[in-house]
Amino acid sequence: MRAPLSWLRDYAPFDADAERLATAFSGLGLVVDGIELVGDDLTGVEVVRILDIRPHPDADRIRLVDVDRGDGQPLQIACGATNMAVGDLVPLATLGTVLPGGMEIARRKMRGEWSNGMLCAPGELGLPEVDGVDGLLVLAPDIAPIGTSLAEALDLRSDVVFDLDITPNRPDALCIAGIARDLAAALHLPFSYPWLSGPAVDGSVPQPTVSVEDPDLCPRFTGTVLTGVEVGPSPPWLARRLTLAGMRPINNVVDVSNYVMLDLGQPTHAYDFEQLSGGGIVVRRAAEGEAVITLDGVTRALAADDCVICDAKSVPVGIAGVMGGAGSETSETTTTVLLEAAYFAPMAIARTGTRLKLNSEARHRFERGIDPEVAGRAIERFVTLLRDAGSPSLRRGSTVDERCEDQVPTPPTVVLRTERVNRLLGTSLGDDVIAALLDSIGFTTHSVGDGVHSVAIPPWRPDSSREVDVIEEVARLHGYHRIQPTMPAGVRTAAGLTGYQRQRRQVREILAGAGLSEAWTTTFLAPGDLERAGLSPHAVEIENPLDRSESILRTSLLPGLLKALRFNVDRQEPEVRLFEIGRVFEPPAGDGVVPEEIETLAAITCGGDADGRLAARIWAVLADALRLEGVAVVAESLAGLHPGRSARIVGPDGPLGVLGEVDPDVSAAYGVPGRVAWLSVDLPHLIGLPRRSLQARPVSRYPASDIDLAFVVPDTSPAAAVSATITTTAGELLESLRLFDAYRGMGGARRSLAFRLRLRSPERTLTDTELAAVREAVIEAVGAYHGGELRR
Amino acid sequence: MTNPQPPSSHQLAADVAAAEDSAIAAVARAGSAAELDRIQSEVIGKRSALARLNTALGALDPEGRRSAGASINAARSRVGGQIEQRRSMLAVTERRARIEAERLDLTETIALASTTGGGVPLPGGPVTRGRLNLVTQTRDELEDTFVALGFAVAEGPEAETDWYNFEALNMPPAHPARGMWDTLYLKLGKPETVLLRTHTSPVQVRLMERQKPPIYAVMPGRCYRRDTPDARHLPVFHQIEGLVVDRDITFADLAGTIEAFTTSFFGPGIHSRLRPSYFPFTEPSGEFEVTCPICAGVGCRTCSGSGWIELGGCGMVDPNVFAAVGIDPDVHSGFAFGFGIDRLAQVRAGLSDMRTLLDNDIRFITQF
Repeated sequence: MRAPLSWLRDYAPFDADAERLATAFSGLGLVVDGIELVGDDLTGVEVVRILDIRPHPDADRIRLVDVDRGDGQPLQIACGATNMAVGDLVPLATLGTVLPGGMEIARRKMRGEWSNGMLCAPGELGLPEVDGVDGLLVLAPDIAPIGTSLAEALDLRSDVVFDLDITPNRPDALCIAGIARDLAAALHLPFSYPWLSGPAVDGSVPQPTVSVEDPDLCPRFTGTVLTGVEVGPSPPWLARRLTLAGMRPINNVVDVSNYVMLDLGQPTHAYDFEQLSGGGIVVRRAAEGEAVITLDGVTRALAADDCVICDAKSVPVGIAGVMGGAGSETSETTTTVLLEAAYFAPMAIARTGTRLKLNSEARHRFERGIDPEVAGRAIERFVTLLRDAGSPSLRRGSTVDERCEDQVPTPPTVVLRTERVNRLLGTSLGDDVIAALLDSIGFTTHSVGDGVHSVAIPPWRPDSSREVDVIEEVARLHGYHRIQPTMPAGVRTAAGLTGYQRQRRQVREILAGAGLSEAWTTTFLAPGDLERAGLSPHAVEIENPLDRSESILRTSLLPGLLKALRFNVDRQEPEVRLFEIGRVFEPPAGDGVVPEEIETLAAITCGGDADGRLAARIWAVLADALRLEGVAVVAESLAGLHPGRSARIVGPDGPLGVLGEVDPDVSAAYGVPGRVAWLSVDLPHLIGLPRRSLQARPVSRYPASDIDLAFVVPDTSPAAAVSATITTTAGELLESLRLFDAYRGMGGARRSLAFRLRLRSPERTLTDTELAAVREAVIEAVGAYHGGELRR
Repeated sequence: MTNPQPPSSHQLAADVAAAEDSAIAAVARAGSAAELDRIQSEVIGKRSALARLNTALGALDPEGRRSAGASINAARSRVGGQIEQRRSMLAVTERRARIEAERLDLTETIALASTTGGGVPLPGGPVTRGRLNLVTQTRDELEDTFVALGFAVAEGPEAETDWYNFEALNMPPAHPARGMWDTLYLKLGKPETVLLRTHTSPVQVRLMERQKPPIYAVMPGRCYRRDTPDARHLPVFHQIEGLVVDRDITFADLAGTIEAFTTSFFGPGIHSRLRPSYFPFTEPSGEFEVTCPICAGVGCRTCSGSGWIELGGCGMVDPNVFAAVGIDPDVHSGFAFGFGIDRLAQVRAGLSDMRTLLDNDIRFITQF
């Protein structure tokens, strides 16, 4: 909402500078998005009289014009316009002037003839174009003495426009009067409505018939017939105010309607009375299938809950509160109008507007809730303005006010306890201070006992209906900055991170320590991303994505991280090691309505030594650092992964993740060269796994004995299985077991696995006999369970 | 040098002088401690010239023997002195030479160890330390700040129902305030019933449903809005909210908590201020601003010259929200606040375009 300072001054004598006013607005919760200084832009433009017009000797489309700036001396200007005559007053941009569009005026030769300035069209001055006129702005003959500045002649003084961001709870601040009321209260200035002296009601003007069939949609409808209307351009001051407030002037009837809406917050509509069959209005629910052509020429299909305005024969002529119809629009020949000033049910307007995707200034106000009592003042303002804006012989009939008391919102009266105010705000305000603050914005207070007020909420504040709402007004007007900060005194019982949150941080630290950097990729995938990653396309879709490439909820972190690798590879960073912790989304199972969310940990690397083994090493580091127990890695061919280089991670209560190498076809499809290591784990499952206990084990003071054994084992026996056999067989004396070499040089589907067993007793030095027994038992077990032969 | 003839005293004196001169010259030539040891035994050892002259003393008369013996001893002692002097000089030289030979350019070591990403590999392996994402670091720091103020950290789903995201937060269907959040809906259930949460407020609702006051908690997490990305907005972003519900919680407590957070997180000299605003789920509602941490309030480009940065929204929990979760507003009161984690990271890191965060460019991630 743009609020020109000059307009605000209609309501209170604001004389502080713009910065001070902006601070006051901000303190009231009316956020200042911008402050615009206007009006200095017409400096150098003067009113001049045309003395002579003659053809240019060398150009058909340019004429030479002599003008008088007030000194009687003819000044030659070259001009392309044709709509002026000798004796007319026109604006001259003198030499050195910079026009609002940025053009600088200099003395120029045009086809051999000097031009000492520029005669201006309205558009060149940032003024409204006059409909049907092409060319210079021809001024009224008596507008001002020759040589007067145009700004002065048109009463366009410099001004400040505040661009305010009005929150949805404050429909009252969607008009100048409402903004001025708040501002006056904050600055302790008197607020008053300007005196209006409109034409009296004329009994000879017809009264319209008004019938509201559905008062739940339209609790109040007023209709007033105006005759003697002359449609034409608005006077400059009115056009200027509308322009400053951000609306384009059109003609006086439309402009006055817009002006009243901006001034008082009451949208009005002027119907061409002659075009309304039956001389009246019917307001009703639309019938399903009914349609109306709106002002913008579009045919709108209506639904049963829409509120329509119809003529007396029940033919729709507009969509209530949203947009008028084309058929009953006022035109240049209109002389009699029916003025509508109504209060429509906010929810009904919101519903219709949303369904039709139709935004208008009227809808914006109606759906937030206008003042249901402001119609009378709005009609008075409309009539007065229209008479003064080029319809001097305007006559008004008496207003028909169809009002359903059951439906018109009754502003509540609220009991306000001073103790409650101070208890919620942490203040110590007295009864009289509270009353004065509220009275200043039209919340009428009556003391009904010590520390208790009854507060009558004004009708323009539909957001305020409870004690707490009134307390907010007290806080707002008192000033948030004047409330002394304190700390909550209560005892906190559950502070700190949960175990899960602490361990999630630990996982991040472990992976960063292992050389991976943390990425975060978007939750959205493009259609086809999952298939390209070799995964099932079954995923939750977004109903209204901003872009089709962001229309799928990820079921895996793989596509997003592959894209991240690709991004880096494309920037000459071939070695990339990333991890991510983020949610993936599975379509709801059974009759659930929300997706299943799994916080997932994934690691991905490319370049350097990246391959399936690196993924296994990363997992080994993670599993070791977390002291995991009883978790196995089991070879398995898995979707999206290299069939011979993938494995499932299985805990005591089931699988929790996968590791290996991304299928070369998949990494190629994502444009990532070379091998890609991949690890993905269900994080809550991981964090919930059993850990090796923190129970201390005594460290033996006896010497250890190492036995190195190399077995030739078929490829079908995983190293993990051989290790498990050795561990079990060696028993309690085995302190540690390490695979220190794997050799495939002997051919066939087998390889040599070399293990180092470190044996030690906590109680004594082991004897050769004991060591030999372990050695024999291990050789026998590996032979029996895995067909492993000792490599000699 | 052995003389078959018994030496005269004069002859002996001359021999002693010659032996001393030759010994001193040899000592002076010694180039190392080891060489000096060898020379020492040569010039004053048992088989040295001086020692042999000593054996020749027997042929002299007692008077001559005494004086010649004294002059030999004096010569030995002078040579010995020369040797010790030479030894300490050689020690200094040798230490100097060893140190010079062992000199290392440690900056070269650091340069060899550094990689472009800024990571330093540990000896014995190519592994470099990775980095936590800037957003994670900011989030962790925010969590820690609030934990130190006595808050717990709560989390909840990112895909939500209309109830938790809007209705329980005092926004019934078609409420005009819903327009404050452009919502992404999922193709699940009835149209526009399942959505991606537009704020972490649903976690507040869930928390109040399952936990009786007192509640002191922050809710960090990922949120979604149907906003076209630009330098300051992402459609997928992270937010942290706070909720306090207890007896006698006041607006002044809200202001105090935000101030305590501000100085604790940004450091001394950075303060907060509140101004009125509107949220359907709080009453009274406010926006809070903090002293621009870039210019410390002087005015700079980040704060558009105002000296203040708008951080987030806050307010006293609306009684309708309490009603939706079954908390009696006559017994308990509370406040809530919230702001963007990415936005805060952007301000602190001086990041001109927020979209950089989503590139996952390793050259960017490893800066932090």
